[in-house]
Amino acid sequence: MKFPLIILAILHLHGITQLKDQTLIETSCRNTPNYELCVSTLHASPSSATATDVEELGLILVDAIKSKAESGVSAVDKLRRLHPELREALDQCRMSYIAVIKADVPEAVAALTKGIPKFAEFGMADAAWEAEICEGSFESAAESPLSPVNKDLHELATVAVGIIKILL
Amino acid sequence: MAYFKNWLIICFISVVEIQSSLQTTLPENQNQPYRTAYHFQPPKNWLNDPNGPMIYRGIYHLFYQYNPKGATWGTTVWAHSTSKDLVNWTPQPIAIHPTIESDINGCWSGSVTILPRGKPAVLYTGINSKNQQVQNLAIPKNLSDPHLIEWIKSPYNPVMVPTDENKIAADSFRDPTTAWLGHDGRWRVIIGNNIRRRGRAVLYRSKDFVHWNIAKHPLFSNKDSGNWECPDFYPVSTRNEDGVDTSCVGDGLKHVLKASLNESLSDAYAIGRYNLEKDVFVPEKGSLGLDSELKYDHGKFYASKTFFDSSRKRRILWGWIHESTDAATDKMKGWSGLQAFPRKIWLHKTGNQLVQWPVEEIEKLRTSKVISPITELKGGSLHEISNVTASQADVEISFEITTFESVEKLDQSWANPRAICGRKGGTAKGGLGPFGLLVLASKDIQEYTAVYFRVFRNETKYVVLMCSDQSRSSLHLVYDKPIYGAFVDLDPVKEKLSLRTLIDRSIVESFAGKGKACITARVYPSLAIGKLGAHLYVFNNGTDNVKVSELFAWSMKTAQIN
Repeated sequence: MKFPLIILAILHLHGITQLKDQTLIETSCRNTPNYELCVSTLHASPSSATATDVEELGLILVDAIKSKAESGVSAVDKLRRLHPELREALDQCRMSYIAVIKADVPEAVAALTKGIPKFAEFGMADAAWEAEICEGSFESAAESPLSPVNKDLHELATVAVGIIKILL
Repeated sequence: MAYFKNWLIICFISVVEIQSSLQTTLPENQNQPYRTAYHFQPPKNWLNDPNGPMIYRGIYHLFYQYNPKGATWGTTVWAHSTSKDLVNWTPQPIAIHPTIESDINGCWSGSVTILPRGKPAVLYTGINSKNQQVQNLAIPKNLSDPHLIEWIKSPYNPVMVPTDENKIAADSFRDPTTAWLGHDGRWRVIIGNNIRRRGRAVLYRSKDFVHWNIAKHPLFSNKDSGNWECPDFYPVSTRNEDGVDTSCVGDGLKHVLKASLNESLSDAYAIGRYNLEKDVFVPEKGSLGLDSELKYDHGKFYASKTFFDSSRKRRILWGWIHESTDAATDKMKGWSGLQAFPRKIWLHKTGNQLVQWPVEEIEKLRTSKVISPITELKGGSLHEISNVTASQADVEISFEITTFESVEKLDQSWANPRAICGRKGGTAKGGLGPFGLLVLASKDIQEYTAVYFRVFRNETKYVVLMCSDQSRSSLHLVYDKPIYGAFVDLDPVKEKLSLRTLIDRSIVESFAGKGKACITARVYPSLAIGKLGAHLYVFNNGTDNVKVSELFAWSMKTAQIN
């Protein structure tokens, strides 16, 4: 098929831009402990295609962490009814996830937006920690019905910290 | 040039002058075992950097970064308190909060400069509507109000901005210092910045304190130190412990440049000369690198700032001590962040380092002095110091080493003081040491914070290590429990090893060698709480005996902070 030259040129340029953004994601993700998770999480977000700086990548990850913590809260609310014997641990987990949503995430968003990455690091390091605290509040890992959520949250948060450290 | 006369210290005086709440309400104290008795903190919510400390008409002022909305960092304002004695404080209405385009997204840190005829002026970083970091000027509305409650912002704001021409990044331009006068009568100020990880103190000059021009070069920079926050630049006397006005130059002085290093969360400093003509700082000791040995505190201590207390001719240091607890716990507590107890800071007579010591006004809080009869601590011993409120106390102890028989050799491969303190898990048995204090200890000593010395032999001399070990500080609460360490420049053959520790519920501030090494730590005991739960011990878990030449402990009264 013959394409007009201008369309070819546009497609070519689009390809180059995509390559540039890929490079930003790739180089940034190399700074994190989980390259695959970093890349896949960023690619899953439509705004990563137009991201031009590391702050924007950080914001995408923070948003993913917020979603993960929200899914944690939903999980806790379901589990509380089914497992009254785990009430104490589940309550701790709920507090931890709420702290991520209400404290860590807004702090990280404000910090990344205003150019003081140190507070974004505090917030995301805390998010990883809240996942550990939740997990640790069960008698054993085997007993924790939230292990998958906590593992994801922890991994995502450590990836976010890796990205943020680029900005320090 | 007249100002190079050798026998004079000259303090430049400017002949040019510049031309013109939200109450933090007090909640009731509800079961809050970690709120302090004598360390500065607001009644609730988040606190971080100390801002614009000063003395004006005999009253001390402390402003601080405060989030009125909760216990995490957010859109901060300048909260404000005043004091006559640096111990008891009166809260004032919020002094500076977002009201103009150039601070609408945050009123961040800054400093006070006392202008001619004693007029204070504040320079602070504002976050503008585009989320860029800019500098703003504010002056008191009413100079005859000794509490300086109301502040007005200059119509010229912002007075310093990042531009394409000055090539300053809008996300790395903050924390203006107290300004000083140069040889040409113009004011100078530095601002924290970095370019590609080269930490910089960007220099600006002004004739009238309103119109500022960037200098061609920074005051100083270090290529691998990362972003610099909260810089500070001030002269220190080489002759005595007196403080010196920020504009002074001449013989008998050195200059100190300090920066808060973002990447290592440490407050590093360098001692050197201020070249007046070239307007640069030339370090002689230290260089503000990331692993700088010269730092104010080897524990948790950041975003610090000094001011010259003209009433008592001393320089005083404030520092932010953040929480070691997680955000969920801080939400529950409803507060986050303390200030260190204000410290006098001066140059040691050797010129090798700065020394710090809690301001002497703290002694008005001391009561019920306990003089311990202990004169020797045998290897492997432990003694309780009774009759002291161990949760809020001031302890001073002095050790004398008379036998070095079992002293261990310092292994050159050991990485750094922190790592050495952490070897074998902290207070494990040693040759000469560990000996020191167990503070905020539970009765069964399952829970404690250990502050102690270890002595090592290094070739022909001895090396003194100070440790603050938080790893066993709480049985039931989960939080960050690091082990901190620092070498102390003391010769145990010729000198006593002194240790002073301020204990205040959830903060432990320790000073070795009368302030040569300082370590601040945060702990949250679960058992060692309050009058009944907290205990104080002195111990020696080394093989060799050590002598105790003095051991005093005071119960500390509760100060009026809010």
